[in-house]
Amino acid sequence: MNLDSQIPEGPLSDKWENHRFSSKLVNPANKRKFKIIVVGSGLAGGSAAATLGELGYNVDCFCYQDTPRRAHSIAAQGGINGAKNYQNDGDSVHRLFYDTIKGGDFRSREANVHRLAQNSVNIIDQCVAQGVPFAREYGGLLANRSFGGAQVSRTFYARGQTGQQLLLGAYSALSRQIAAGQVKMHVRQEMLDLIVVDGHAKGIITRNLATGELKVWTADAVLLCTGGYGNVYYLSTNAIGCNVTATFRAYRRGAGFANPCFTQIHPTCIPVSGDHQSKLTLMSESLRNDGRVWVPKNAEDSGKSPSEIPEDARDYYLERKYPSFGNLAPRDISSRSAKEACDEGRGVGPGGRGVYLDFGDSINRLGENVIRERYGNLFEMYERITGENAYQRPMRIYPAIHYTMGGLWVDYNLMSTIPGCFVLGEANFSDHGANRLGASALMQGLSDGYFVIPYTIGNYLTSVSSGAIDPEGEAARETLESVKERVSQLVSSKGKRSSRSYHKELGNIMWEYAGMARNEQGLNKAIGQIQDLRDDFNKNLLVTGTGEEYNMELERSGRVRDFLDFGELLCRDALDRNESCGGHFREEYQTEDGEATRNDDEFAHAAVWEFKGDGEVPARHKEDLQFEEVKLAVRSYK
Amino acid sequence: MKLFLKVWKQDGPEDEGRFESHVLDGVSEDSSFLEMLDQLNEQLLDQGKEPVAFDHDCREGICGTCSLNINGFAHGPENSTTTCQLHMRKFNDGDTITIEPFRAKAFPVVRDLVVDRSAFDKIIQAGGFITVRTGSAPDGNALPVPKSDSDLAMDAAQCIGCGACVASCKNASAMLFTSAKAGHLNMLPQGQAEKDTRVLNMVAAMDEAGFGNCRNYGECSAACPKDISLDYIAKLNRDYAKAKIKKVFS
Repeated sequence: MNLDSQIPEGPLSDKWENHRFSSKLVNPANKRKFKIIVVGSGLAGGSAAATLGELGYNVDCFCYQDTPRRAHSIAAQGGINGAKNYQNDGDSVHRLFYDTIKGGDFRSREANVHRLAQNSVNIIDQCVAQGVPFAREYGGLLANRSFGGAQVSRTFYARGQTGQQLLLGAYSALSRQIAAGQVKMHVRQEMLDLIVVDGHAKGIITRNLATGELKVWTADAVLLCTGGYGNVYYLSTNAIGCNVTATFRAYRRGAGFANPCFTQIHPTCIPVSGDHQSKLTLMSESLRNDGRVWVPKNAEDSGKSPSEIPEDARDYYLERKYPSFGNLAPRDISSRSAKEACDEGRGVGPGGRGVYLDFGDSINRLGENVIRERYGNLFEMYERITGENAYQRPMRIYPAIHYTMGGLWVDYNLMSTIPGCFVLGEANFSDHGANRLGASALMQGLSDGYFVIPYTIGNYLTSVSSGAIDPEGEAARETLESVKERVSQLVSSKGKRSSRSYHKELGNIMWEYAGMARNEQGLNKAIGQIQDLRDDFNKNLLVTGTGEEYNMELERSGRVRDFLDFGELLCRDALDRNESCGGHFREEYQTEDGEATRNDDEFAHAAVWEFKGDGEVPARHKEDLQFEEVKLAVRSYK
Repeated sequence: MKLFLKVWKQDGPEDEGRFESHVLDGVSEDSSFLEMLDQLNEQLLDQGKEPVAFDHDCREGICGTCSLNINGFAHGPENSTTTCQLHMRKFNDGDTITIEPFRAKAFPVVRDLVVDRSAFDKIIQAGGFITVRTGSAPDGNALPVPKSDSDLAMDAAQCIGCGACVASCKNASAMLFTSAKAGHLNMLPQGQAEKDTRVLNMVAAMDEAGFGNCRNYGECSAACPKDISLDYIAKLNRDYAKAKIKKVFS
């Protein structure tokens, strides 16, 4: 597997500039001869499709939702980082770069992260110009808030709906291109396979979710902007439809899958309330700016009402353990600390899996109105879900799967190991290492889509001649046939168990053995259990209806089938990474006081998995990470 | 909780459709309305029956995918709440609940409770954007925007495009949606250059998509899960009149 990262020459801060200059340009008259497929319409896909359309390429954009404006980027609450230094508090591109590398526990690529930090500045300008109503100060200039893992205030936000506003910005740009005829939008279409001809990505197969029609689409390049795989855990903060199928099918066709075990568990979600639960809801990390996290000092107090627990019987454990970052400690560290407290029997709420996020002090200091203005919509959401008023009693929160740093391997040009297949946003692996800092996902999606792919795609397109392959040709036909067979196999499953029940069971296995803490024995057990579950799925699945209609059961079955394979891959990756770093915490590798222990000698690399066939063990390759600018250090937030 | 459900079934856009009755027992008060429907679908699968199709995705009240008329109300009887955020503790044991799709000529039924809301996309494509080429933006702080204007723009921009306004209007008018979208951009200095064409084009697209006329009943705003104010409709009417007059005299 060719894992040449294509990192440009020169000093770190000049690499992107040099690369833009040396990248080949496609002349305007030739652009219209190239067809580009964009799968997904979130921040990465929407911004890429809009920008490529604007440049003159012919773009076909696909999403499984009923309109591109509903992609799950919309749910991001807290904000987007930008190294503007508007606050004059010491921020710079270099500091954002360093915070992100360190936040990722030194498992990401320097050059990519630096480019991300550089682009962050342009993203803010672009979004403001589009009319994104970012929060402002009374003088009319942009406001900032602080976020986990950083000591400067560089996060731009639109109340608690930043993702929504940025996505609507990208969607408006996309809509303009759709109206201009540069982008053709295909909604309620799910990509089920990638067409590869002579080693190059040349198209996709989709299923129309409303009619069941399977169709071949061909192009000169394919961009996968299909998000993360958090739903392999069943319960996550992802939308119900989020799935791994597009990237996993590309993996099966030869794209390397990097670091699948790097999953992020968000510390502030509403705890699970019962077996009926279909998803978990995030409470923005920004709440930690004004909320203090605590549990009772003594396990005996955990059943009491919070107001009955006096100040000196409370353990503000983040402030105690990490005095310099306090309640703003990064996500992986905060999550693990919550788990530890609950494991010690000090958890609160039903089932004892929860910790308090208390606004009492802030309300006393600033008044309820200020807190309402900052977080009102989050408090309302909390009340709707739990029936509790968080102005009067502390919120209960618990970690949940939220984001996946792993994804398809890409080089500096965002191209996967299949030439012509590019991967953007959460779907790729490149920028967040083993842990993502808050307010960086929106930044990466938009950086990839607005400011990276429009330049780097030229390098590939100028190396191939334009002209999409024949949709009736052999490769396209064969791929279509294999999809047809897979769909008809699922549709003819007339066993006893619903796909949802399998998904739930898979999620339980994943959360138990590959969740916040992992160990060798557990991961081996998980792999065995997943294989058994998959065998059972193949025999006993029940799908009603036919393939030629709107069929929610069929949709979910296909996604769950891929999750069953993918879950095993994730566990394998976690098993082979004999160190603790970021979101990947192996119990065997920790210090005496429970902090993660990295192994830079053996694991300062991205693990890239190559598909070897059904039932075969995939091959593990390595891309060694070169650190020229930063020194690998123990990540301390104390 | 034990519930008696009357659920709309419709095999496709051409099918006439009908209500089906189901009894669902053992519903948790803590589950959301859509989780209750998940439970119904699992029960139907157990009985070897076709599940009920409904639209849903983020389940946290922001993507705007979920819809449903519940006991005659778009997104159910709770104020400022999408269907996915409506929880069963708001109902009583033994209740009969009637569940229908959003009904409007411009929102044809795809299947059961799923409707096609692509008419909204058409309205945005007609002018719901600010023309700005990627990379050509000035510095974000180059143009101060008074906080009050920015806040009002944000109030409008919160619209999630769910279509409850259309479904609850007896004329199936899309004025609240269109006015929120146009209002958001028209209130900002960045949106001034295209203000007139935006309003004229978006209103024309709205009419063309088959939405009815606005009679200022206000049901739309009452049903809106994001509390979009009727003021935006007034603003749209004002902006439209100004743009029209300018066009006549130009």
